[in-house]
Amino acid sequence: MPDAPGLELIAQELDDAAGSDSVLGTYHEHGQACLIVDPERILEVLRWLRETPGQEYRFLASLHGVDYLPAEPRFGVVYELLNMPRVERLRVRAALAEPGDDALPEIDSCVSLYPSAEFHEREVYDFFGIVFRDHPDLRRILMPEDYVGWPQRRDFPVGGEPVIFTRDEPDMPRWYE
Amino acid sequence: MSDGVQTHHSAPAHGGDVLAETEAEVIGTSPIERTAAGEALGPEEELLTINMGPHHPATHGVLRLLVSLEGEVVRDVKPIVGYVHTGIEKNCEDKSYWKVIPFVERMDYLSYFSNMEAFVGCVERLLELEIPPRAQYLRVIHLELNRLHSHLVWLGTSALDLGAMSMFFYCFRDRDKVLDLFEMSTGQRMHTRYFQVGGVFEDIPVGFERNVRAFCAEMPSRLDQYEAILNANEIFLRRTRDVGVVPRQRLIDLGVTGPLLRAAGEPWDLRKVEPCLRYGDFDFKIPIGTVGDGYDRYRVRVQEMRESVRIIEQALDGLPEGPWIADDRKVVLPPRDELATSMEALIHHFKLVTEGYRVPPGEAYYAVESPRGELGCFVLADGSAKPARVHIRDPSFVNLQALREMCVGGYVADLIQNLAMLDPILGGIDR
Repeated sequence: MPDAPGLELIAQELDDAAGSDSVLGTYHEHGQACLIVDPERILEVLRWLRETPGQEYRFLASLHGVDYLPAEPRFGVVYELLNMPRVERLRVRAALAEPGDDALPEIDSCVSLYPSAEFHEREVYDFFGIVFRDHPDLRRILMPEDYVGWPQRRDFPVGGEPVIFTRDEPDMPRWYE
Repeated sequence: MSDGVQTHHSAPAHGGDVLAETEAEVIGTSPIERTAAGEALGPEEELLTINMGPHHPATHGVLRLLVSLEGEVVRDVKPIVGYVHTGIEKNCEDKSYWKVIPFVERMDYLSYFSNMEAFVGCVERLLELEIPPRAQYLRVIHLELNRLHSHLVWLGTSALDLGAMSMFFYCFRDRDKVLDLFEMSTGQRMHTRYFQVGGVFEDIPVGFERNVRAFCAEMPSRLDQYEAILNANEIFLRRTRDVGVVPRQRLIDLGVTGPLLRAAGEPWDLRKVEPCLRYGDFDFKIPIGTVGDGYDRYRVRVQEMRESVRIIEQALDGLPEGPWIADDRKVVLPPRDELATSMEALIHHFKLVTEGYRVPPGEAYYAVESPRGELGCFVLADGSAKPARVHIRDPSFVNLQALREMCVGGYVADLIQNLAMLDPILGGIDR
């Protein structure tokens, strides 16, 4: 893990390399380092972290979505990067705002850099409705293809789906369609 | 048999197209090339796309594969998952921390101790709670017994896929002994809920150590027997050698971890490189393969079982005395006997059971080496008694992405072999 000064150094160099204010913030807690970055620059940031000598975070351990409701910006796409030779982990969080008007938030897909992200990004799309631009095959992965809604969002209720039994057929004709 | 590194053969891996190596004469160009050139094919010449699963005995659960075939050769594989999705991560957000533990256990149903350790360790990291040495050793013992259990189930079912019926019965006999041990120490055979935030639920009972030692003494000879059945078995060798080879770097790019990656020659094991608990105290080796085919994957897993036995024996030898759970009354339930005499203990017990403990705001990621690879847990705490987000990075989910590269260009029968050696657990994939 980069320590707190090491994290600031990475943030500084990243700002110089990938364009100013690509890093929105940093935090270091529980021995883990995190960069909060601008979602529009996520590809440049990840490419820099992956390719730059001295960084080389070449393994994407995990990628997941987080809904920080009621905080703003609301969504986070979290990349758990790993440098295998140095055994260093670095968390990168793209802070995504909700665009409003029922539009879905969008971010660039990182499948070109980390092929392992393909399933992860489909999962984030499936559960949070975050669209990954240029993803090769962006479909729902765990929920049924015709499912409506983004179930892992915090404002989606648990048990929000009616359970339908065949005895309800008179009230809800052809419910199975 | 403590030799960590194996070399079994040095034949070059083809990893390519089986049709290119047969002596059969191919008439004309392949349908793939002709379709790519824009030519319309006759109905019998086209690729045949078939469904394997979701209910198929060789898919180790409800996995559906869309397989495109040219004759008997696989041209494309698309895994379709989600048939046992039960929304565990969503449900976790509605439960207090200590009620989440039985939920996450049921994700990867063969490595429930690893799931528990990932979640519990992550919450301990958020609470910055130090757990007593005895609890760490007890966790290691159960995690390694769990690895034996998981690998035995894998060995039995995979050998069954390749036609070795007897292996199934032998492996399940030994697996049942592990479950008996779990029943003895935790009260449950599967999904034990043994790990608590702060330590373990209960100390091991009298006689547990003796039974584990008896099991550990017996296990290496059992493994010798299994290897005697399979290692030089002509059918097994033909089915597994040089099949499903994916280069090491490509596996890393695809995010593959665990025995699959180690079989390709990468000595990556979180127990060694990033030791959680007290894994640093033990002397064990990381078996790696040389070629990365199905046979290497099998050998690596069997060798891992031997190393697990060694770890368990060392952990029993060095098992420290002392408490088995941390003494933090704001997180850990008070001992049962205090409830009758101490008002404070009763209040704490009541508050912990009804409301649960609060975790300070923050987020953490904690990874353990499960039998299938890196099992990571991400928890976002918002300061309340319930987690705001729990995400499990399940190794099967990520490893499944490598299936296509293992299978394309091989026979359908090799697909079964590749899937068996991949060892996916659909409960973990779908969560």
